[in-house]
Amino acid sequence: FRPCPIATVARRESRSHAGDSSCASLAMAEVEETLKRIQAHKGVIGTIVVNAEGIPIRTTLDNSTTVQYAGLLHQLTMKARSTVRDIDPQNDLTFLRIRSKKHEIMVAPDKEYLLIVIQNPCE
Amino acid sequence: RCHRYQCQLPAAGCERGKELERSRRRFGARGTAGAAAMPPKVPARSPQSQIGPAVKPVQSRIPKSISRKRDEDASTEVGEGADEWTLSKTLLKPPDQLELTEAELKEEVTRILTANNPHAPQNIVRYSFKERAYKPISFVDQLAIHFSLDGNLLLRDSDEGRRQSARIGLEPDLAPVASTVIEVEETEVKEEGSKEDIPAASAEEAAEGEEPPSHSMKEQKLTNQFNFCERASQTFNNPVRERACQMEPPPRATFSATANQWEIYDAYVEELHKLEKSKEKEKQKPLVAKKEDKLRGRKLTSLESQSDDVTKVTKAAKIVERMVNQNTFDDIAQDFKYFEDPADEYRDQEGTLLPLWKFQYDKAKRLAVTAICWNPKYKDLFAVGHGSYDFMKQSRGMLLLYTMKNPSFPEYIFSSESGIMCLDIHNDHPYLLVVGYYDGNVAIYNLKKSHSQPGYKSSAKSGKHTDPVWQVKWQKDDLDNNLNFFSISSDGRIVSWTLVKNELVHSDVIRLSVEGTTLEGPEGLQLQTIGCGTSFDFHKKIDSLFLIGTEEGKIYKCSKSYSSQFLDTFDAHHMAVDAVSWNPYHMKVFISCSSDWTVKIWDHTIKTPMFIFDLNSAVGDVAWAPYSSTIFAAVTTDGKAHVFDLSINKYEAICSQPVVAKKKNKITHVQFNPIYPIIIIGDDRGHVTCLKLSPNLRKMPKEKKGQEIQKGPEVEIAKLDKLLNLVREPANKPAK
Repeated sequence: FRPCPIATVARRESRSHAGDSSCASLAMAEVEETLKRIQAHKGVIGTIVVNAEGIPIRTTLDNSTTVQYAGLLHQLTMKARSTVRDIDPQNDLTFLRIRSKKHEIMVAPDKEYLLIVIQNPCE
Repeated sequence: RCHRYQCQLPAAGCERGKELERSRRRFGARGTAGAAAMPPKVPARSPQSQIGPAVKPVQSRIPKSISRKRDEDASTEVGEGADEWTLSKTLLKPPDQLELTEAELKEEVTRILTANNPHAPQNIVRYSFKERAYKPISFVDQLAIHFSLDGNLLLRDSDEGRRQSARIGLEPDLAPVASTVIEVEETEVKEEGSKEDIPAASAEEAAEGEEPPSHSMKEQKLTNQFNFCERASQTFNNPVRERACQMEPPPRATFSATANQWEIYDAYVEELHKLEKSKEKEKQKPLVAKKEDKLRGRKLTSLESQSDDVTKVTKAAKIVERMVNQNTFDDIAQDFKYFEDPADEYRDQEGTLLPLWKFQYDKAKRLAVTAICWNPKYKDLFAVGHGSYDFMKQSRGMLLLYTMKNPSFPEYIFSSESGIMCLDIHNDHPYLLVVGYYDGNVAIYNLKKSHSQPGYKSSAKSGKHTDPVWQVKWQKDDLDNNLNFFSISSDGRIVSWTLVKNELVHSDVIRLSVEGTTLEGPEGLQLQTIGCGTSFDFHKKIDSLFLIGTEEGKIYKCSKSYSSQFLDTFDAHHMAVDAVSWNPYHMKVFISCSSDWTVKIWDHTIKTPMFIFDLNSAVGDVAWAPYSSTIFAAVTTDGKAHVFDLSINKYEAICSQPVVAKKKNKITHVQFNPIYPIIIIGDDRGHVTCLKLSPNLRKMPKEKKGQEIQKGPEVEIAKLDKLLNLVREPANKPAK
């Protein structure tokens, strides 16, 4: 079970629309915080959020690198997901890890977005 | 006949026939292998076949004698072959073959080459009227045309040639009469119609006169010089105007898709969802409450769509965070999963605790860990309650839920005004947590909801405790399927709370009283001193039976059905009983620990403890291992963790290990994980440490050779029983 992110609402019964929007904004804050934590984690080189078309919408790396990573990994993830689902349509890709000599690229696909994190795992 | 194929001569009259005879005589029926000079019969015969039988052989054969000779000379092979073929059959004389005498056969025949056409008739006769008789023509044409092809070249001076050249427009060389006549005819034809005779005649003359020049201008139209007028008409050309209409091109969008198995599957699943939703909508129409939910839901979704893109990455972000952590703590994760200390083989009976992760949260740094509990459903999730044991330094509290998959940050964070002292997670509803506060309140948190506040909270009105709540425990749902739980506090009350229609309703189950002490109150009233409960535990099987530990050091065995009386009393400890716990396997055994440095194991039918362990320091918590009936762990305030296995060593711990870093760090609680061989330990600095049990600490009863391994609680019970039996007879005095 994954509950909605935490929201400070006065009372449980009366949920106003203001409460809803605050819920959404708090959700955003929660995700922002998570992304910040990931970025601040030991060994993490960069994070990129890519939308469904392969366009990076959020990144901590420089532009050219971002574009390159986004384009290439987007295609790879689509291919990987297609492979997994072709074998069993009820299955779906949860995440993809590419470990290379220098670092590790982790890709977590979502319905519309793609989160890419490049980390240097401490050996 | 001479020889087979239509030779006109009598038999043996020709040379070939002679040869054949010769060869036949030589070789019999087979014959002509040696007859080399045999010409092929067939080609030689064919021209002669056309000759009538009356024709003399000399004349007829002459033109073809060349070919025959050629045949004779040329080839033996061909002849042979033909002869072979012909002579493979027996030589048949046709019945009408001419019979010739020898003399006739030997007759010489000469042939002369001439240029006469053999096909030309030699006796053409014509009827002559003058003489009234047929007369032969003297000269017969001997020309034989073998092949004729008409070409298409014309002599330029011939009629046709001239005609054609005139048509093309070349200068004529001569104008023979015939051509003139033709031209006149042509001119007449051209001027027909509107012309009269006289002008026609004159036209003729003029035409004749003009003949040579007109011939050259033959193609031009010949016009009458006198009254010819040219007439023509032309229609009016309408002006052309171009009119076109162009619309805006329809908007185009490039669409591409693949038809994979999973695309098809997705489409089907979506269809199914839609159908289900429509069905649900129909069902839910009468329910008003649901409508509100839907409204809220709809509004939420519209708001969400407006909100920032980043929220949609929540799940992915969570996964990635865990992955990143897994990388960072890779070795720990590997240890957790796979490491089994090999040194245990050499260590005799002892075991070790391998430190794994350490969980801490910034905001909970000052707070001590007051309660830990594993989630019954998600085996990697556990809840930690923070508060303070210090009477003077009471501040806020925190409830954190961590998962082993993410050691760096808690999954859920709840904060409260008062320190949390105890917590419990419902077995059937793993999202419900009940919490007891230092200020005496209890509250239920629902993880499914997004509040940071508890769902239900008790208050002074609703019967909260007047002292800190030391322990809470969920019970099975009551008869009305309401959630209920028990709480115990130092105010001496054991209260049963029930969640009825969104409200907590309490009912005192037991009031503790200290036996034997009555105070003289004002006006001579006998006041019962209220005891303080510090811990309790419910029996695993017998629902109504439970144990209470008190601050005075006594343990009471009680039943839910009897509220005023205790079933039994045990004089357990000299100081407050910090924890009591029934054995998970054996129905009669329970353990208790206290700040008087001891851990005692009891059989509830016997007043004295079975085992007593002195740990040299105040024992904060004790817990049975879920996988064995004889293993338990105890933690002390000097920072050590002790693990005991009664089946191995009845008097000492098989592992005593300092677990927390600093000496001043007291360990407050310990819990075993239900399935993994790890324990978590909370200390008073707010840290939670996870340790792995080494194999020696996890020993299962050894199977005897030949017997199969017995699994199951019965084995554990039997094991403990055996031990108890050993202890029971001599152990009416405590074994110190």
